[in-house]
Order: sequence, then C-alpha cells, then structure tokens
Amino acid sequence: MSGRFQGILDTITRVRGVRGAMIVACNDGLVVADSLMEGVRGNAVAALASSLIKHAANATAASGAGAPQFLHLQGSRGALLAVSGRSEILIVAVAEPSVNVGLVRLELIRAAEAVN
Amino acid sequence: MTRTYAVDPWVEKPLATFVDEAGARLALLMTPAGQVIAQHGFTRAVDVMAAAALGAGIVASTGEVAKLLDEPLFSVLNHQGERHGILLGGFDTPRGRMVCLAVYGPESSPGIVQLFFEEFSRDVRDACPAPEAPKQVLAADFERELNESLSALFRT
Repeated sequence: MSGRFQGILDTITRVRGVRGAMIVACNDGLVVADSLMEGVRGNAVAALASSLIKHAANATAASGAGAPQFLHLQGSRGALLAVSGRSEILIVAVAEPSVNVGLVRLELIRAAEAVN
Repeated sequence: MTRTYAVDPWVEKPLATFVDEAGARLALLMTPAGQVIAQHGFTRAVDVMAAAALGAGIVASTGEVAKLLDEPLFSVLNHQGERHGILLGGFDTPRGRMVCLAVYGPESSPGIVQLFFEEFSRDVRDACPAPEAPKQVLAADFERELNESLSALFRT
C-alpha cells in the first residue's frame, strides 16, 4: 500500500474502538487500501458496503435527499461506518459498538477529502 | 422465470445460490476443457456452447501467461464493460478443476461477484461427490451422453 493511503487510514484506526479502515472503489466494491485488525474480512466488507451505499443511494434519491454522504450501520457486536468521497471512493470503518461515532465520522470525512 | 439447470444435480443448488446472491444474469459451470456442468440464464444451447468454448479459451490463454510468469494458475479474471461484466474463476474439486463464467450487470459489482464466487467454490467443493472410476469412451455412447447433457441443461 502506498504511504499516502497508509497515513490516511492511520488517522482513522487511531480512534479508540476502530477495528479497521478501508478505501474502497465504490463502483467495483474492491479494496483500494486497507488497515484492518485480524478477523475482519476486508474483501467482504468492501463488497457489501459498496452495495449497501448503492442501495442507500436509491432510497435517498427516491426521498429527494440526494446522494448518501454518511452511512452508520449499528450491529449488536459492532458498527460499520462509511463516507462517500468524490472520485467514486468510499471510506469505510469497522468499529466496536462503543466507538465514538462522531469522532469516527469526522475522521472519515477528513480521509475522504484527503483522498480526493 | 430463469432457471438453473445442471447435468449433475448436486451442483444445481450451489449455482442457484451463487446466482441469487451475486446478482449474476448468466452463469456457466464447466471443466477447463469447456464441458458444461451447469448453467443459469441461457436459453439456447448454441449460446451455452459458444460461451463455454470462449471461456475455456480464455482459461487456457491465461494459464499459458501464468506459466510464462512462473506463477500458479490465476484463480479469477474480471472484465468490466459499460453494461456488463464477466468473472471467470477456477477452483479445484475432488472431480478435478472447474471453471465458472458469470455475467453480471450494473446491479452487481466485481467485488460482490468475487465475494460470492469464493463461497460458491467452497459450496461446490463440499457438495462434490468422490470421483467416478474412469469409463471407456465409446463412440456409440458419445452422442447419447451429449444429448442427455444438453437435455439436462435445457430440460428439453
């Protein structure tokens, strides 16, 4: 992975409770760069998160809300957070349930801007 | 309704699940030589035979490229077009190597198809019965077996 992407992902994974971060090609659902703890299935998360964003885009478009910018999916054992950047890029974080969502969101937005 | 048809019944369920989960429009499971084991979405035998022959040709070509690079066989090849993409992936089973050709549209993605292809290859490996003892191939049986396979693949 290039040092540039590594640096961007490090700012996200430094947040307490974040188990991994990824830069994903949104149209393809493929991982561009990742920094993940062991046990996180990066390829699966990337593919399914990009699919989720595409479906969410249909829902937000139908409701007149425009393109989705931030997605927060809270599970019983963790959370998935994603921010869409320009250039068809998605920044994804996998976190523990107790993570500071606001802080992760801020870092994801910063990361998306840095990638753009 | 589009159906999944297989020469060997044990492969029908894994292929149907793969097509459903990956959002593939067409799918073909075959041997690297192009012998079709199962298909989904094709309506004409001629299309199946053409797709199988072309897929087998690509597998053979990329296999030779892998040899030139001193690499083991490539497992997955992905081509993305404007409206459709194809995934061509190979995996080993107790009955030898198998190749899957999947065609998908914009409602799916290379990542999704690849993800579920990995699960599909595991499902096929798990469901695959032990290899049969090799039989002598007789010219008289060839046409009958070919017709039986085509009949199974299209329920004619």
